Amino acid sequence: MNFRNLITFVFLVICLCTVQILLLKNVALFGVAFCFIYLLAILSFPISIRSFTLILISFGLGLLIDVFYDTLGLNAAAATLLAFLRPYWLKAISPNGGYDDSNTPTLREMGIGWYISYSLPLVFAFSLLFFTADQWGTGGLFGVLNKSLFSSIFTVILAIIVQLLFFKRRRGI
Amino acid sequence: MLRILQFLYSLRSFLLFVLLEVLAISLIVSNNSPQGAAFFNSSNALTGTVLKTRSDVVDFFSLAEDNEALLSQNALLLEQLKTINAIPDSLTLELDSAFEAQYDFKGARIISNSLRFAQNHLTLNKGSKDGVKPGMGVFNDQGVIGRIKSVSENYSVAFSLLNTELNLSTKIKNNDSFGTAKWDGKNSNKTKLLYVPRHVTANPGDTIVTTGFSAVFPEGILVGIIESVNQGADPNYLDIVVNLSVDFSKAHYVYLVENSQLNEIDSLQQQSEIENEF
Repeated sequence: MNFRNLITFVFLVICLCTVQILLLKNVALFGVAFCFIYLLAILSFPISIRSFTLILISFGLGLLIDVFYDTLGLNAAAATLLAFLRPYWLKAISPNGGYDDSNTPTLREMGIGWYISYSLPLVFAFSLLFFTADQWGTGGLFGVLNKSLFSSIFTVILAIIVQLLFFKRRRGI
Repeated sequence: MLRILQFLYSLRSFLLFVLLEVLAISLIVSNNSPQGAAFFNSSNALTGTVLKTRSDVVDFFSLAEDNEALLSQNALLLEQLKTINAIPDSLTLELDSAFEAQYDFKGARIISNSLRFAQNHLTLNKGSKDGVKPGMGVFNDQGVIGRIKSVSENYSVAFSLLNTELNLSTKIKNNDSFGTAKWDGKNSNKTKLLYVPRHVTANPGDTIVTTGFSAVFPEGILVGIIESVNQGADPNYLDIVVNLSVDFSKAHYVYLVENSQLNEIDSLQQQSEIENEF
């Protein structure tokens, strides 16, 4: 990742967190579909990034969102889980011939089919932990599964739309 | 020894993961205990400023509605004032000044609000500088909203009534039988009324108000209207669903109430080992 890309990436993270904090707090389609668009940042880190770094960054991002949402620890715990699972899942679904070092797991580079199979289970794992912790001792399992499923679908759809609109296809290299 | 260190190093991301998860879970637990004053929350200066700026912009669009609500409340108060003043020639009872000054009211604005989680909180734009203290009641002209949880210099965080950790001492207005309002985490317009015995006649349409037992709210602040009364699974208590009178998605301006005798009542109850809901 060169310097220019780094700046773009930091800008992306800031934008996504701002949108998440200021606009998406009380967005819940039909009361079940929440949107965690800041996960797009964690999902789009380069494939070659070290697991250790990714887990730390994700924890930090989760904590940042938590402070604004007053849901202390919920986002942090779930985002850490997502970051922990990401390398294993990337390995499990690696295409024939593996990844290039310069690859980033984004829609433009990897195609829509791969992207959905990459992001949906990870976001689902995030939502599952998030809503289990949130509804601990109150709701039944059904409520948790219901919210997790629809939230992950909604988040992935929004993540795809954001990438179609704002991510440029990288040329050359 | 070197082998062990190498082994641990190869597991470093897993160990970090476990460490951070434990940290996060301990944060969740400390944040959700009703008495715990958490360190990281939206009442700190930076977060509060960001949320207030956002609310400054967003609230601009609801000024008309808020004005209307204020007007209607002013009208109501004027009407009450008229009935109070219109007794020029009857005996009036001079109340003890200790009773008169029991409740102290303040105004505040909600700068951040959540509805969709199981533990919802509000952030208000008044803090310890304006005399806000943890434990004060929060309500608006429509009814009860919550209770202050923690306070910083300029901002404060309150439990919303839509928080499954919060118990509110309430009664059915027309027969004075009391129960506990507690949210079940499902619908942001409805709450449950718990511990109402089966012999009580409760009907859909009955009004639920605060009791004044708890010394946080004055008696008679509206909570909601009973929607349905069922026999339920519990052999001792009725299963009552209450429609909340407050529209939490539209609440912008709130009143804070402080009971000046709260400390005295609290310490008395602690002395006699009573655990009270608020």
